[in-house]
Order: sequence, then C-alpha cells, then structure tokens
Amino acid sequence: MQTPAPFEYERATSVEGAIATLQRIGPDARLIAGGHSLLPMMKLRLANPEYLIDINDLDELSYIDERITEIRIGALTRHCELLESELLAQRVPVFRDAEEVIADPVVRNRGTIGGSLCQADAAEDLSAVCAALKAQVVIRGPSGERVTGMDGFYIGPFTTAVGADEMLTEIRVPLRGGAGSAHEKVERRAGDFAIAAVSAAVWIDGGVITDAGIALGALGPTTIIASRAEEALQGKPPSEELFAEAGEIAKEDSAPVPDGRGPVDYKRHLASVLTVRALRRATARALQEEA
Amino acid sequence: MEVKITINGQEVSRDVEPRTLLVHFIRDTPGLTGTHWGCDTSNCGACVVLMDGKPIKSCTTLAAMCVGHEIRTVESLEQNGRLDPIQIGFHEKHGLHCGFCTPGMLMTTRALLDSNPNPTEAEIRTAISGAICRCTGYKNIVSAVRWAAEHEAAMKQEA
Repeated sequence: MQTPAPFEYERATSVEGAIATLQRIGPDARLIAGGHSLLPMMKLRLANPEYLIDINDLDELSYIDERITEIRIGALTRHCELLESELLAQRVPVFRDAEEVIADPVVRNRGTIGGSLCQADAAEDLSAVCAALKAQVVIRGPSGERVTGMDGFYIGPFTTAVGADEMLTEIRVPLRGGAGSAHEKVERRAGDFAIAAVSAAVWIDGGVITDAGIALGALGPTTIIASRAEEALQGKPPSEELFAEAGEIAKEDSAPVPDGRGPVDYKRHLASVLTVRALRRATARALQEEA
Repeated sequence: MEVKITINGQEVSRDVEPRTLLVHFIRDTPGLTGTHWGCDTSNCGACVVLMDGKPIKSCTTLAAMCVGHEIRTVESLEQNGRLDPIQIGFHEKHGLHCGFCTPGMLMTTRALLDSNPNPTEAEIRTAISGAICRCTGYKNIVSAVRWAAEHEAAMKQEA
C-alpha cells in the first residue's frame, strides 16, 4: 500500500492566508491543488512536506480572462477547463493540442496549470506550451507580486523561481497579431509522459516570421527554450527548408537522457522531427491555411 | 482530524490522519468496498468515484480534500432495486470478465453519459482512456456504453 508520510493539513481560505502559512512554516510546507503530481511523489517519498496547504477552495484563482493584449489564466484553472476553452482554442490553439494528450480525462478533472508549471517536470507539456508562447507568470509573496518570464522560471529539475514563501497565481499569455501555435508529442501509450514533445509559436507579418517561440519537453533536465532555433527563424519567410534548419538546431540544443522511454539518439531525432511538425502546423494556423 | 464527507447522499464522519486517501476512507467505511483500490498511481482508474458529478481518482485524492463535496460511488448506481442503465448495458453486452475495473468503468461512463447522452465510439474511448481493463479488450465496454446511451431515455420514462 502506498501512503504518504504523515503531515499536517490546512485548507486555505485566501491567497494571503496561504502565503502567511508558507511564511510561518517555511520550506517544509507545500501548496497542494489537484495533487496528481505531488501525492504520487509523496507516496514514493520523493517529496516529504510536513505541512500541506490545500488551495482548492481559492475560486478567485480559477479563470481564463481575455484582455486586450493578453489572456490571463488563474493558477487553479484545471486541465479540463483549459481543454474546453474556446477562447484558448481560437487564440492559442497550442493549449488544446497539449491538453488533449496530458494524462487522461479523469486526471485532467483535478490537475491545474499552476501545479503543472510549479512541478517543473521537464516532461510536462504545459511548461513547453507557456515557454513557446513567451508567457509571463505572476508570483505572489509576503511583500507583494512580481512578474517574470518563462525564460527565468526553471532553475533546475523540479525547481522553479517560486520561493518557499511564494505562490504562482497567474499565467499571462501575450496576444499579438499574425500568431500561430502548435504542440507535438510522442508518447508510448495514451496518457503517458512524453518521450519527447515540442511546442512552437510563430508570429508572421508581411510573409515574414517576425518572432518565434520553440520549447522542448522531456529533452533535457528542464523544459528547454530553443533560443538559437527561434533566432534562426526571425526575419525569414516560412519554408520547409527553414523549419528543417530550426529542427536541426533544436536537436543540437536538446540534452535528453536515456531511460525506459527511449535512447538518446532516438530522442534527439524526435527533437528535430517534432520541431519541424510543430512549426509547420503553427505556421499554417498563423496563415489560416490549416488543412 | 475529523473528516466529514457526503458519500452517496449520506454524511460519513470519521477521525482520520490527514494522509488518509479517499479510496481508503470510502472502503474502510463499512459496506462501501465497491470502489476498488488498484494501481495506487492514478493510472488504472479502478478507484474512480464522482466528486460533485465529475469523475476523479480516489487513490490520488486526500479524504480531507473532499470535505464539503459530494462523493458518489458505484453503490449509488442502483436505485430502489433498479439497476442503472449503464449497469444493465455492461450486463447485456458482457462489458466485464473479472470485474476488477468495473466500478471505475461504470462511474467514468456514468459521468460521460451525464454530460454527453449520445457519445460516439471515439468519445467513449477517450472518456475511458484513464481506465485500464485487462480482460475485455475494451470492445464490449464500448458496446455496453452505447447500449446504455440508446436505452437510457426510454428506461427513464418507464421508471
């Protein structure tokens, strides 16, 4: 029987209250939302928090709001809500691509976007999605809020920029014209973590890629932002040759490890192939030419 | 800690450790062993129950997280001696062999029909993609859910 080690439990009634408890207890306290990453880790003793703060009642953190220049997503928004959102499907379709292949529908009823990002598992899909979209995250602590980009969010495996007394409260996805985005994932079986996954976003103006985002999942110790591949696309008209070039760079910049999901050469091959596929589909969407 | 959860319309209250998983809370309560405790890793779906109408995996949910919520287990499907259409469908279409996955399958597909009364085969297969059956090969389970979808409206009128 797998059961977590003993801990104390408290149900938060406000964001401020949760942060105050984090500050009072220190690093031995952890927030829990859906719990579908944290509880399995606690069962295996890979995580041993002494104090759990349940934030599931904080309805004020559950929303998908469209603003003029961005979409704001509350940290407690669940996977099933992200999947069903027509707003996200229309403006940033990479979300629905990813959500369709994250775990299974029953797990998606509980898991949250904030939990997924803070878990910082390199194989987790939404981290790549948010990185490719150049999203910003709002982190709240005892002394107020700060906003940071995804480029500085992942410090190491399972480690983020969110401090022990801080809480991720919101994800801000910028909206710009001429955008297209897509997520490509290869998995062993339905609902599994990725063998490799790639999220891509492109912004096209006047037939030229003005900006691009490419993020690699399960291809390194953390989600990898393929900056060199992104730069290679800038200022050029989209083409299969250009995508292949970006795919080769993404392959060079990937750093997978061999495990039960596959050897290194296979995963690096996927880095290239999935980058090309994601760019191809993102571009078709940007140009509204998707088949 | 004192945990009070509404299970199948009845309040159940017990003093448990915060680490008590919902699946054990439900099973340790006399008579509610219909919810099966399977893989313990949220992969197999044998432990699925409904929380406020939505299927969840009770092996990966703390009982304490369910205070203030309505839990429904497989025992709630039969009402006044009448089986739920989904149960009759599994019987008619031979949707089970050993039966271990069945409580989770029934609750997962009950929730599917509640939100989508006429699902396609593809929609059924997606809905049960978080539930593993080692006997049937899934074909008969899909047929059973289709049977329930086709007969449910008429059976409800009769009842």
